[in-house]
Amino acid sequence: MDITKMTALEIGKAIKSKAFTSVEAVTAFLDKIRETDRELNAYITVCAQEAIQRAKSVQEKINKGETTSPLAGVPVSIKDNICTNAVKTSCASKILGNFTPVYNATVMDKAEEAGLIMLGKLNMDEFAMGSTTETSFYGPVKNPWDISCSPGGSSGGAAAAVAAGEAAIALGSDSDGGIRQPAAHCSVTGFKPTYGAVSRNGLSAYASSFDQIGPIAKDVADCAAMTDIICGKDPLDGTSLDIKHPGYLNSLTDDVRGMRIGFYNECLEDGAGTDVARLIGDASKIFEEMGSTVEEIGLPFLNYVVPVNYIIACAQASSNLSRFDGTKYGFRSKEYNGVNDLYSATRGEGFGDEVKKRIIFGTFVLSSGYYDAFYNKALRVRALIKEQLDEIFSKYDLIICPVTEKSASKLGESLRANSKMYKEDIFTAAANIGGLPALSVPCGLDKRNMPVGMQLIGQRLDDVTVLSAGYAFQQRTVFHKLTAGGDSR
Amino acid sequence: MKISKEIVREMADISRIKLTSQQENKLQEELQELVGFLEVLNELDTENTQPLTHLFQISSVMREDRIFPSYDRTALLKDTPEHTDETIVVPKTVE
Repeated sequence: MDITKMTALEIGKAIKSKAFTSVEAVTAFLDKIRETDRELNAYITVCAQEAIQRAKSVQEKINKGETTSPLAGVPVSIKDNICTNAVKTSCASKILGNFTPVYNATVMDKAEEAGLIMLGKLNMDEFAMGSTTETSFYGPVKNPWDISCSPGGSSGGAAAAVAAGEAAIALGSDSDGGIRQPAAHCSVTGFKPTYGAVSRNGLSAYASSFDQIGPIAKDVADCAAMTDIICGKDPLDGTSLDIKHPGYLNSLTDDVRGMRIGFYNECLEDGAGTDVARLIGDASKIFEEMGSTVEEIGLPFLNYVVPVNYIIACAQASSNLSRFDGTKYGFRSKEYNGVNDLYSATRGEGFGDEVKKRIIFGTFVLSSGYYDAFYNKALRVRALIKEQLDEIFSKYDLIICPVTEKSASKLGESLRANSKMYKEDIFTAAANIGGLPALSVPCGLDKRNMPVGMQLIGQRLDDVTVLSAGYAFQQRTVFHKLTAGGDSR
Repeated sequence: MKISKEIVREMADISRIKLTSQQENKLQEELQELVGFLEVLNELDTENTQPLTHLFQISSVMREDRIFPSYDRTALLKDTPEHTDETIVVPKTVE
């Protein structure tokens, strides 16, 4: 039995039935990390001793029946922009290279309360700004399916770790596709819940009105189980929603008869895109076979989502990242002359090029003279896009579309082409603009033998429909069981 | 729209980010390309559309006026680049 190939729910069940202990589960993943992460670079920090200690104490609670969550005793790995008490949280940036929070993000508190055990902190694009994990100060993550390729981003470490069996399940964050796109590129399942379903307290803010924490896992059931644990109103996040969450795992059903699905499958790029279109087309037919009605729709806003997302995200980042100034925490430049120079020198040396560009561009779109032409314009177009999405969801329960036009790019390829990098988000950013729940599920391999993901997008607060559709698909297919190297889980 | 070197310098200055002249040149080029790419938004007539700032109706919430312990000062100061036993140290801000 290879524990690293089991789903998080299977591991939780096996621990409860005493097939193996939490310590054995943690040890199996730590061994795997030792074996493969020197090459993949998915982790920034590994907490080996702490994890084993905690597994021992959680195991005692499980034995006494004090911890009953389906994921109790299961190891979890956390993207490095989510604060973890007493464990370095760098956001993959030099400027936070020595930052150790004194508190947990709310999702971490909830995960610990449910008896999950943190294995370590995952590599990512610096401050989640990027789609390839190449902007990390700690070097790029490699895709376990082909180490010359990017795993996607910004939660590239999370997707690569789950795909390679270095993590049982992970928490990532998604501001423009940061969970779904790497999940698609690594053939794992990634879920961005409705905006506000999960507290952002303790998530280092990039684009506050888009950011959402969510799971990356081996299948939809694992994602639902994790969402159950992390969701809920939080007094420390004013945008978290005070709603009754249905119990996502228990709500899963494979009955999608009568579900009205709007299907969009125009991959505009060159030849490689058609391969993606074929796989998504095949996947949509499975929904027809299961009794859903699938109709082709247009997405009239598609050309505008990336510009809108980019302008608003950079504007919010320019404000959010002003806290990193070399005084309160993190890195401080050694050479400066006076307090303003301390700020400028620290930020000039501490931030990478992509982060500097987005902060400066964000400052530009908010500055007087340009505010109306850029920021205000983007907010108005955001309103139009939301209207159009609401219109679609008045007729359909679900949108199916690709996650990306192509499978994973070669490392080094995207950074050379500025505008190409932003096109990575063309199918994913709409869900952030509308605050919609969206899921990425594996749907096969392209001609390069690289994974392709299908995206399922639902109406705000209808996370259950999205998860159930993904769950139904995975009951009928084995794509999510494929692992890098060709064998099956 | 033209992104001049002056705009780049001014925005970097407001952002409190020190750039080398090489970085300034690269950024000018990249921002120019970016602004061109964003022009697509001007295809849309948004005159009668209100800017969307929140997806859900959010009313201002007052927190209960309750005393609870704040973080330990010594622990917080461990993350600070320069500090005394009690406070963060920064260069003189008022001459």
